[in-house]
Formats: sequence, C-alpha cells, structure tokens
Amino acid sequence: MEALMNILQELHPEVDFKTNESLIDGKVLDSFDIITLISEIHEEYDVRIPVDEIIPQNFNSAEALYRLIERLQDE
Amino acid sequence: MVVTILTTYLITIEIGKLHTRRDIFLKENKATLSRDEKKAYREIIKAKQKKLLILCLFVDLGILAVLKYTNFAISNANAVLRLFHSQEISFMDLALPMGISFYTFQTVGYLVDVYRGKYLPEKNLGKLALFVSFFPQLIQGPISRFDDLSKTLFAEHSFDGRNVTFGLQRILWGFFKKLVIADRILVAVNTITKDPENYQGIFVFIGMLFYAVQLYADFTGGIDITIGIAQVFGIKVQENFQRPFFSKSITEYWRRWHITMGTWFRDYVFYPISISSPMLKLSKTSRTKLGEKIGKRVPVYLSSITVWFATGIWHGASWNFIVWGLMNCFVIIVSQEFEPFYSKFHNRFNLRGTYGFRLFQVMRTFLLMCSIRILDCYRDVGTSFKMFGTMFTKWRFSDVFQGALLDLGLEKSDYYVLAIGVVILVMFSLKQRSGNVWEKMENGPLLLRYAINIVLLISVITLGAYGIGYDSNQFIYNQF
Repeated sequence: MEALMNILQELHPEVDFKTNESLIDGKVLDSFDIITLISEIHEEYDVRIPVDEIIPQNFNSAEALYRLIERLQDE
Repeated sequence: MVVTILTTYLITIEIGKLHTRRDIFLKENKATLSRDEKKAYREIIKAKQKKLLILCLFVDLGILAVLKYTNFAISNANAVLRLFHSQEISFMDLALPMGISFYTFQTVGYLVDVYRGKYLPEKNLGKLALFVSFFPQLIQGPISRFDDLSKTLFAEHSFDGRNVTFGLQRILWGFFKKLVIADRILVAVNTITKDPENYQGIFVFIGMLFYAVQLYADFTGGIDITIGIAQVFGIKVQENFQRPFFSKSITEYWRRWHITMGTWFRDYVFYPISISSPMLKLSKTSRTKLGEKIGKRVPVYLSSITVWFATGIWHGASWNFIVWGLMNCFVIIVSQEFEPFYSKFHNRFNLRGTYGFRLFQVMRTFLLMCSIRILDCYRDVGTSFKMFGTMFTKWRFSDVFQGALLDLGLEKSDYYVLAIGVVILVMFSLKQRSGNVWEKMENGPLLLRYAINIVLLISVITLGAYGIGYDSNQFIYNQF
C-alpha cells in the first residue's frame, strides 16, 4: 500500500489520498494520470490492469485501487 | 449495415460461447487446477476470442475504411505519382451509407465490450439490428453504448404523457437551433469561407465566430431532435453536450463537447493503446533512457497523438481534419507541459477561482477552439493557415462598418434574429447550470410554459431558414 501511496502522491502532491474517495468522480485523476498510474503499478507490482477494469469504482480511492491490485495478483 | 450487423452478431455469439465455456470449465475444475493452470486456460480462451475480435474488426472497420477513405488514399497516391510524372489513378465512385461512422463505432463498441466480458452478447438478431440502426441517432449520433441504450430500447413501453411532452419540447428546441440559427448563419459562413481571396482579416475572425455559432446550433440542435424523438418513444439516449462553450480548458471542452465520441475514443482507442504490452515496454525503456520525468510522458503522448489522428480522420477523409485533430493534441500537450508554470503563477497571484480569471479562461478556450476549427472551413490546410495569419496582418476594423456585413447574404433582419437567437442560447445554457431547464419549466407557471413553446413553434415556422440556399436536411455532422 505504501508503494501505491508514493506513486499517487508523486502524481498529485496536493491531494490527500488517504481520505479522498472521489478521485474519478471529483475529476482529480484524468486519463493521462490513469495511464501513468497503470504503467507505474505494472512496474511496481508486476500487475497489468486490463482496460475493462478502468472504471470509476476501481480508481475512486487509493484503497479501491489497492484492492484491485490484490485481486489481479490473486488471479 | 446489414453485413456489419450480421458479422458482428455471429462473431459476438461465438465470443460469448467461449466466455461461458471458460467460466464453466474453471468452476468445475476449481479444486483441481493450480493458479498457473487456470491462468494458462484463460489465456488459451482469450487467444481464440482475440482472433474472432480481429476478424470482426477487420470486416466492420474495413467497410468503413474502403467506403470512406479509398478516394482520400487515391488522391494522396496521385500527389506522389505526380512527383514522378507517372499515370494517375482514377477516383472510385463509392456511395457512403448515411451515418456509417456512427453506426460502425457503435457496433465496434458493442463488439469490444462483449470481448472484454462486460456483458453477454445479444442473442436476438433483431434487437442487435435495432441497436445498430436505431433511426433517430443514425444521422449524427450520439454514439450509444449497448448496455446503456438497451435498458430502454428493448423495454416494454406504455404511453407516458410526460415523456411525450418533454420529447416534443426538446424536438422544438432542436429545430429552433437548427432552422432559425444554424441554417441562417450558414449563409454568411459560406460566403466568407468560400471566397478566401476577398474575405480576409477581420472577416476571417467574424467567420470563425459565426461558424462556432453555426456548428453549436446545428450539432446540438440535431442531437436535441434525436434525444427528443427517442424520448417521445420512452427511450433514453445519452446526452452528448454539457455546455461546452463554458469550458475553462481544452481538455474540459473535450469532456463536454460530443461527449459520446470522446468517451468512445478514450475507452476503445486511448486506453487499449496506452496500456498495451508494447506501450508498457516503451514506457520502461523511455524511463531508463530519458529519465523518470520525461520518460513516463512518452507513452501517454504517443497514445494521445494516435487518438487525435484517428479522431481527425474519423471526422473526414481530408488533411484538414487530420491537422485539426493534431492541433487539438498539440494544445492539450502544451497545456499539460505548462501546468507547473500555471501552478507557480497561481501560487504567486492567487487568481484561480476569481470571476475575472474564470471568464478569461472561458474566453481563451473558446477563441482557441474557434481558431483550430478554421481548418473545418477552408478548402485546404494551406488556405486555413493563411487565413488565420490574415487575422493578424490584414485587420481593418473599418471594413465591417461600411455595410460589408450586409454583403454576406444576410439582411439586417437576419442579424436581429441571430442576435436574439444567440442571447436565448446563452440564457438557456446559464439556466441549465443549476439543473434541467425542462424540469424547471414543468414546475413553473403553466402559462409561461405554453407561451415559450408557442413562441418557439412560431419562430421555427416563420423564421426558419427555408429559402434558396438553405438545406435543412443537411446537418454538418451527417457527412461524418
């Protein structure tokens, strides 16, 4: 989780990712950010997030994103 | 369209069968298979599905490519052949089916969604055919998603007076925009843009503003009519605009203008390219070679350029649209790169959020989009850039005040109608900011509602541009 937090924080230092739960709905993350995130997650966790998982529910909070990474690691 | 529907129907059914087979197999062998074995089985199924997907894309997009882009390819080939003084290829006489770009994209969206397992394929061929050919949106979209449109398209409907009223009001509003505003101002736009030798400088600026009004009224009016017709039948079609001319940046503009096209390109082109294996590899290489900061931008920008190239060529088989797409991309990338400077500026002067600055941002975005749109108007890329340049070199303000505006094919009365029409458009958009205008009208005084509808109806009948030179059957976007 810490590594993910670092990635997110580097992307948007001004955002509090521990509490923000509307990263997509609140337009904090745009499509450029999502691509950068996916690429960094691939590097860090060796997990490929498929296109059909790019939905607001999976990206709205750091917690949700981490759950997605764990789920994909288990598959 | 029949070939597209049939091919997509048969192939998606096969893809769906493979999904089901995979799920049953994995369920039945859940206890006995290891994680790696399950993964390997999934990959085998995925590979089969991928082959089917590629075959279907080849047919669906192939038809679009041949019918829409063959002559464009020939004209480019001829330009090269001319350099070598070789014999040129003659153009082909190809009929372009109405709305081919829209229904092809809608079908491809459905195909890819089934492939990704977002939903199961539609087993009823008639229902799939209805989704692809649903008549109100055939002319100029919106590009609907199957899971969204099918909710109301296939549902049983009973008569609903509210839907009929709302739908008819929306149709009327659409006709007002299209016939009273767009088809009227079109005459002046055509006069200016078809005669670049005589209309330069300030006229290019006027043409650019007029074209913004024409395009907005024409396209949003057409979509109003589409959504209205569907609503009369109780069918909900997705909104395609969200007051785009109030956007504060070009990225925001593209989130609010032709929304269904933007999200289509994002979901079916931008994301798949950006996170494909070669792109992830490139991302890794570029980071090691160019450093973290620049390296991670390479795949994002490369994908953006591809998407905007595709968006441009989707709009029309000409270099004007390709350059138009790439110009949009260029501005987005530049503003992305300038973001740290903007932040520094705002930290220092603290202007962000003030009314004046927001107004400046809206005006800047509007003028920027208008400037890029000049490429829509002129016959070729060279003329478009030349005309853009004349706005800075041949600006003679006095030209406009010597009656030249009345030589553009419009009478004084037309300008009054247009001025009132634009004021109504702006007021409508401002009202829309705090909620749905039609619902507000429903809750308002009955008399006011009737008065507004009657005035709109009379305006469409008496002020609609029906005369010589007007062609109300033509929407700007149906050529796409």
